[in-house]
Amino acid sequence: MTLGAGLGVRGGNADPNRRPGTTKGSRGAPGEPRRIAYLYILPAFLVYAAFLLYPLLRAVQLSFYDWDGLTLASWVGFDNYAAVLQDEGLRGAFGHALVLIFFFAVLPVAVGLVLASILNRARVRGLPFFRTVVFLPQVIAMVVVAVAWRRIYAPDGSLNGILDAVGLGSLGRAWLGDYSAALPAIGFIGTWFETGLVTVLLLAGMGRIGNELYEAARLDGAGPVREFFAVTLPSVRGEIAVALTLTVIAALRTFDLVYVTTRGGPGNTTSVPSYEVYNRAFQLGQVGSAAAIGVCLTLVIFSIAFLINRIGDRGDA
Amino acid sequence: MIRSRAVTLMTGVLGVALLATACTPGSNTPTTAAPTVSSVKTDAAGLGNVTLTVWDQEVRGGQAAQMKKLNDEFQKKYPNIKIKRVSRSFEDLKTTLRLALSGNEPPDVVQANNGRSDMGEFVKANELLPLDTWAKAYGWNDRYPASVRQYVSYSPDGKTFGEGNLYGLPQVGEVVGIYYDKKVLAAAGVKQPATWAEFEQSLQTLKDDGAVPLMFGNLEKWPAIHIFGTIQGRTTPVDQIRGLAFGRKGPTWNTPENQKAAQTLVTWVDKGYFNSGFNGKDYDPAWQDFSKGTGAYLIGGTWLQADLQKTMGANVGFMLPPGASADAKPIATGGTGLPFSITTKSKNPDAAAAYLDFITNKNAATVLTETENLPLAYVADQKTGGGLQKDVFSSFATVVDGEGLVPYLDFATPTMYDTLGAALQDLLAKKSTPDQFLATIEKDRSAFVTKNG
Repeated sequence: MTLGAGLGVRGGNADPNRRPGTTKGSRGAPGEPRRIAYLYILPAFLVYAAFLLYPLLRAVQLSFYDWDGLTLASWVGFDNYAAVLQDEGLRGAFGHALVLIFFFAVLPVAVGLVLASILNRARVRGLPFFRTVVFLPQVIAMVVVAVAWRRIYAPDGSLNGILDAVGLGSLGRAWLGDYSAALPAIGFIGTWFETGLVTVLLLAGMGRIGNELYEAARLDGAGPVREFFAVTLPSVRGEIAVALTLTVIAALRTFDLVYVTTRGGPGNTTSVPSYEVYNRAFQLGQVGSAAAIGVCLTLVIFSIAFLINRIGDRGDA
Repeated sequence: MIRSRAVTLMTGVLGVALLATACTPGSNTPTTAAPTVSSVKTDAAGLGNVTLTVWDQEVRGGQAAQMKKLNDEFQKKYPNIKIKRVSRSFEDLKTTLRLALSGNEPPDVVQANNGRSDMGEFVKANELLPLDTWAKAYGWNDRYPASVRQYVSYSPDGKTFGEGNLYGLPQVGEVVGIYYDKKVLAAAGVKQPATWAEFEQSLQTLKDDGAVPLMFGNLEKWPAIHIFGTIQGRTTPVDQIRGLAFGRKGPTWNTPENQKAAQTLVTWVDKGYFNSGFNGKDYDPAWQDFSKGTGAYLIGGTWLQADLQKTMGANVGFMLPPGASADAKPIATGGTGLPFSITTKSKNPDAAAAYLDFITNKNAATVLTETENLPLAYVADQKTGGGLQKDVFSSFATVVDGEGLVPYLDFATPTMYDTLGAALQDLLAKKSTPDQFLATIEKDRSAFVTKNG
């Protein structure tokens, strides 16, 4: 992910959810759009088709075959999908991904809202500095993040060291090897990782709220809390939708984090769908089954993102 | 709305068109009969000017050093054969090999993992040449005993692992044994155990003395497979283990012997023989801790020898897991390094075979020893630097000569690595009982055997 480009798009566009296909507002000349418009779209569409649509359709096609990646495949219809639904381990993997949504999306947005409104309200000196610090995790490659946290979570790692130092040693454990702690431990890395992004997004949104709105609220006798719910929160609805979309997608497609920290362990308590896709396609040679999981995952991501945007859009002027 | 409908329509038409034109996956690879090799030439110098493309994963320390040295020597000896070497890390090689082999111009020599999901699949797809004719010409069957050759043998249809044609030549060997810290043992008054009963007894003595008897890091799941395999070698007959590990029809997991092995592992956990939090501890820090004096024993493979010797010097020893009596037949989990194979589409299989011979011959064994590797062949002839290296070399020679090498249990089925790793973590964490554990892996085994035939 390139930081600059990502920020520009995310922060600068008030409504990135508006697609060319939706009919909203006026399009200039009434009636049919001019045919020539398709010509303008064509170059971008070709790139999009070659690198996104074709692989996607090919994956859909693969998911209907039983293929080892080497020999001639055999058509199995919806068998791979049926197997995905029946496989207890895979259902568990999708369940884990949903738990990760809480840690990757819900928690960062909650923390980010508080953090951003404090930073925004307090008008602290050196705001760019704090913004950078909060954003820093996003700059580091996920693999590096995962390796670092693996050391922190180790039985003799710094987390247990700190717990010992403050007299809470009894709470210490082998975090990534503990059946009840492993998934939340991985989720927390996600919270740490995504909070920065969400905070910066929300800060940008809050920066654009007119001062007169706050003045009006204060004249009406609103305290900081009331002010937050009456003015700040509704104003950043669009940013929240964007933040949720990005973080939910990150949660559902988590691969590197699990691959580096636990490989799905202990037992299968932290396995996630995208790890299964990799495992089946590249380790086990079950390409068809891997494609079926991938397609299911795409559908889940698409529907959740669609839902979030629907809710985010509602009430927009 | 008209426009959005048009877009939908266009995408739909495009999709249908793409699906219609796209052919069945894998149909661009012609289905040929299983390759055979009838006459071979062993005179590499007389093959004319040829180029060999070799894909290997020998990228680390001593591995990289031996490969470079042997390649240089080969070039000097046969200037007519030009080696084009492509080396990648293990993971990268594994993920790209599949595509490379099914392409039209695959490399001549590739390093493919022994297991069913790699070498087995390639054999099934007729992408590797059987090496038996060259084996006869070069005398490879004397170089490697049968217990080693089984690791690179498959039936021509790729369904039976452990017998049939020879499909690869490994350079190095590995065996899982027991490293021990001499100081820690001495402090607790424990002598190096000669039998398994003495070993288990010493674990208790060490525990009572306040030491960590067994250092163990199992975050990666697979380390437990080596511990379980070591215990199973004491409880279960060799034939049964081989049958299970090669995924053959016949032996099942539901036997009293395997039950005993699983139960022993649980007992070790109950008695606190392992360091606490082992399921959350990395493999590498575990042996690093051992090298710094934590823990009396470490069940691990010979690949740790160079590193442990560097930090522990004369304070560390290595032994094969002891048997019921001091003179019992040696049994240990082990195997080979990644074998080198010749691809079916190679234009110069004779030159490739000469290369395979060169990197595994007696001279190669010396080079491997000098570069801190454990050669698979001629291991007893090697001059070692003494200390741990000597322990490791003599242990390996003992177990190979005694035909006591048993395969890694995860070879059994393509999914066994995951199934067994997760099941062992469950067993170790007491999330499942020995019976449930055996049922889980038996389910994996029988499902595969039924499908594989």
